[in-house]
Amino acid sequence: MKEASPAKAYTLHLGVIVLLFTLSFVLPEYHHGLLARIMVLAVFAMGYNLLFGYVGLLSLGHAMFFSAGLYGAGLAVIHLGWSVPAAFAAGLACGALLALVIGLLALRTSGVAFMIVTMMFAQVFYLIILYFAAWTGGDQGLVVPQSARVLVLGDTSLGLTDPTVRYMSALVLFSIVLLAALGIVRSRYGRVLVAIRENEERTKMLGYDIFSNKLVAVVVSGTICAASGAAYALLFGYVGSTFASVQYSILPLLWVLLGGAATTLGPLIGTLFMYYVVDITSGYTSAYLLIVGIALILLVLFFPRGILGTIRQRWLGWLP
Amino acid sequence: MMPLLTTKGLSRNFGGLRAVDGVDFALMPGEIRAVIGPNGAGKTTFVSLISGRIQPSSGMIVFDGADITNLPAYARVRLGIAYTFQITSVFANLTAYDNVALPVQRTLTDGRSKGAVHVGVLAALERTGLADRAHMPAGQLSYGHQRLLEVAMGLALKPRLLILDEPTQGLADSEIDNFIGLVREIAKTATVLLIEHNMPVVMQLADRITVFNAGKILAEGTPEQVRANSEVQDAYLGTTP
Repeated sequence: MKEASPAKAYTLHLGVIVLLFTLSFVLPEYHHGLLARIMVLAVFAMGYNLLFGYVGLLSLGHAMFFSAGLYGAGLAVIHLGWSVPAAFAAGLACGALLALVIGLLALRTSGVAFMIVTMMFAQVFYLIILYFAAWTGGDQGLVVPQSARVLVLGDTSLGLTDPTVRYMSALVLFSIVLLAALGIVRSRYGRVLVAIRENEERTKMLGYDIFSNKLVAVVVSGTICAASGAAYALLFGYVGSTFASVQYSILPLLWVLLGGAATTLGPLIGTLFMYYVVDITSGYTSAYLLIVGIALILLVLFFPRGILGTIRQRWLGWLP
Repeated sequence: MMPLLTTKGLSRNFGGLRAVDGVDFALMPGEIRAVIGPNGAGKTTFVSLISGRIQPSSGMIVFDGADITNLPAYARVRLGIAYTFQITSVFANLTAYDNVALPVQRTLTDGRSKGAVHVGVLAALERTGLADRAHMPAGQLSYGHQRLLEVAMGLALKPRLLILDEPTQGLADSEIDNFIGLVREIAKTATVLLIEHNMPVVMQLADRITVFNAGKILAEGTPEQVRANSEVQDAYLGTTP
């Protein structure tokens, strides 16, 4: 959005990607696996942030886009025997199509009604998954067989179960989405999205079609979340209905709020923070949710705009 | 010459109230038209109907020979009808630059103008004297500057018809003089429809004046004719003792 210092912003983002790449070689095995998972889920958070942070649309149903990717990719492998790239594409297509349909219906509402409508659709999606248990595995979920999780590139075949391949695949997806998000928010389209968030009526009177701009944002957001879900199925090999439950609609909201809504790196920081707070505290006590809750309250008190949002507000105004 | 804008039997009801009641109106290209009338006469509702912010209950609106009665507001803006808000309505958290960039990139996307966003933004800010404040958040500008920014945004839309709803409200006298100059400048390339309560401004600027009362056009004519009209004096200007 800012005209100043585009070079600084790109350097920072490339720096984060290089740092994550380097970490792959130094992290102990446990944290290596955890970080791969966090990167995939940060993609989910980035997709959510595009709609929530930039357009100001609070959806409580993004679990359905994540699980559309998850099941789209997972079921294509399990039932149809598709290859990894084809299954990933199937996951993306499912997410994009679902987002288009949901967007057309839900964008007729706004505010609280939008939250409720998206949440209802997500519940319908969740119940459909349970209903068709014969194909989806119901509440047990399905395991994507190891033998199918092989990425064939020319003569080499890479097993996605291998920790390094898995980490690097997650990093590639994360990097693409991060740079795409940075590109979007700095573009003319990104400026229009922020304008819609700030003052919808005024934006309309500048000649912008609010509905179609929002619809594009829902589809892009849904597709990014589906990419995260598809990658999750293929990299971690589990497709389960928990991921379609309301909990997974709330989590990306929490990650984005923690990291900083409408910041490009906030979703990663929020996801990372949340995962590690849970990870560390659950090592000490079974009442770890209590400590997580206290940590969240402290954050809201001292970082009301999320970690990066507050840093941007107080010290680094150029952060995208 | 064909009028740029005409309305035929334009009406809008709010419940039992006929805020705008069967208005036939014509606006010639290039003129500065002032709309005056007492509070509640239906002026703002009338221009809101033209800009498409609200839908008419009946009647039709023709812009440049085309029926635009059923067009949504954003499509009318693309045809060249720009509306500046009565209550200052800039994007407070965005910089002045971004505020103007939004309408500039709009006209670029439409193909109604050419060049880069940056050039267009600077031109609009120069014209309104805000260039040195380009990177200030709009919400931190003084009230007078926010009004100017509002006009800069309207200008950047490259309007053929610019609707100004009480533009001098809340401005200091010195700012009003600048403003009159700016509107004259704008009128060289666009038709201006102006709602205004400040009578000296109206008398200085308007080619013609339309007087609204109770949702209807009470009188219309040059400033001299309107000033001399006894009905207008009764309804609006006050009777001489």
